[in-house]
Amino acid sequence: MKTKIMAIAVALGLALGMGAVAEEVKSIRGSAVNTPDAAPEIYRVQQGIKLERAYRQQPPLVPHEVDKYQVDLKVNQCLRCHEWPYSDTEKAPKISDFHYMDRNGVRQDVINGNRYFCTQCHVPQVDAKPLVDNEFKPATAGR
Amino acid sequence: MNIDRPGAPGQAEGGFLQRTWNLLKKPTARWSLGTILVVGFATGITFWGGFNWAMEMTNTETFCISCHEMENNVYAEYKGTIHDANRSGVRATCPDCHVPKDWVHKIKRKIQASNEVVHKVLGSIDTPEKFEAKRLQLATNVWTTMKATDSRECRNCHNFDSFDLTRQAKRARDRHTEAAEAGQTCIDCHKGIAHQLPDGAYEVEKQLNEKFKH
Repeated sequence: MKTKIMAIAVALGLALGMGAVAEEVKSIRGSAVNTPDAAPEIYRVQQGIKLERAYRQQPPLVPHEVDKYQVDLKVNQCLRCHEWPYSDTEKAPKISDFHYMDRNGVRQDVINGNRYFCTQCHVPQVDAKPLVDNEFKPATAGR
Repeated sequence: MNIDRPGAPGQAEGGFLQRTWNLLKKPTARWSLGTILVVGFATGITFWGGFNWAMEMTNTETFCISCHEMENNVYAEYKGTIHDANRSGVRATCPDCHVPKDWVHKIKRKIQASNEVVHKVLGSIDTPEKFEAKRLQLATNVWTTMKATDSRECRNCHNFDSFDLTRQAKRARDRHTEAAEAGQTCIDCHKGIAHQLPDGAYEVEKQLNEKFKH
C-alpha cells in the first residue's frame, strides 16, 4: 500500500514538473490554450489601385470590395457591371469570351455555369503584410 | 349656416341620423362658450395626439418585425447591411426607407398599408416559398415608387448637394458626378442594398428605365 502511495506521489510530482516546463512553451497563437484567442488584425480591401498579375494565367484581381455583392442562383451582381453590354456603359473591364464557352468549347450567349461564381478565381486584396518572408518573384520579373 | 331641411330644429322625431343632426345643429343653452372651447381643445389635442402617437407606434422596426413574414425574410436579409450596422452606429430601419417622413405622404402610405394587412390575413407570403414567388413583384413595386418619387426616402438622409466627393472612392466619385449630371435617382443603381435581389431583377430594371425615361 505504502509503495503504491509513493508511486502516485512521484507520478504527480513528475506531472507537475512537466506542467512547469509546458508553461514555458510559447504558442504561435500568442495566447494560452485556455484563454480566448487574441482579436485578429483588421485589414482594409485595397481599392482603386492597379493590382498587377504575377503570371500569365492568373485571374485578374478585383480592385474593390465585393463582400456585399450577391452572387447566387437568382442574381450575380458582378455581371451587372462586367458583362457586356453593361461593361460599356459602366466602364468596367469586360468578362473574357472564354467565360461563355460551354464544356465542349461551344460559345454561348450566357455566362457558363463553370465560370459563374466569380470570386472562386477573382478576389480582392487587403493591405495585410506577409506573415513570413518569401522569395516569390512574379513571372514578369525576368522579362 | 342655417340650412332649410325637413327636420326643423327642436324636432325630436325621425331616424337616428336625423336626431343626431338636430342635436348637433341646435345651439347649447347649458354650456358656456369657454367650457365648450376648453373641452373642445382638450379632446382635440388628446385625439389628434393619440392618433399620431398610434401611427408612430406602427412606424417602428419592432412593429414591422412583429410579423414573421417581415422578421424571417426581409429583416433577416437586412441584418448586417450598411443600414443596419456601420462604423458610426446610425441606423436606417424599415420605416426610414419604406414610409415617407412628411405627414401627407405618410398618411397616404399608411392607407395603402391596409392592403398589406389584408394580405397578412390572406397569408399571401406566409412561407419562404410564397415570399420567393412574389419577391420580384414586391421589389418592382418599391422600385417603381422610388423612381416616381425621385428616391424621396433615400434623400431624407442622403443629399446630392451634401456629398463630399473628395471623401468618396474614385469609383463612387465618378459615378455620383455622372448621375447628378444625368439627373439619375438613387434607386437607379442602388438596388438590393438592404434586401436580396430577386431573379429577373435586371430585366425589370431595364423596363423601369424605359418607363421613367427623361
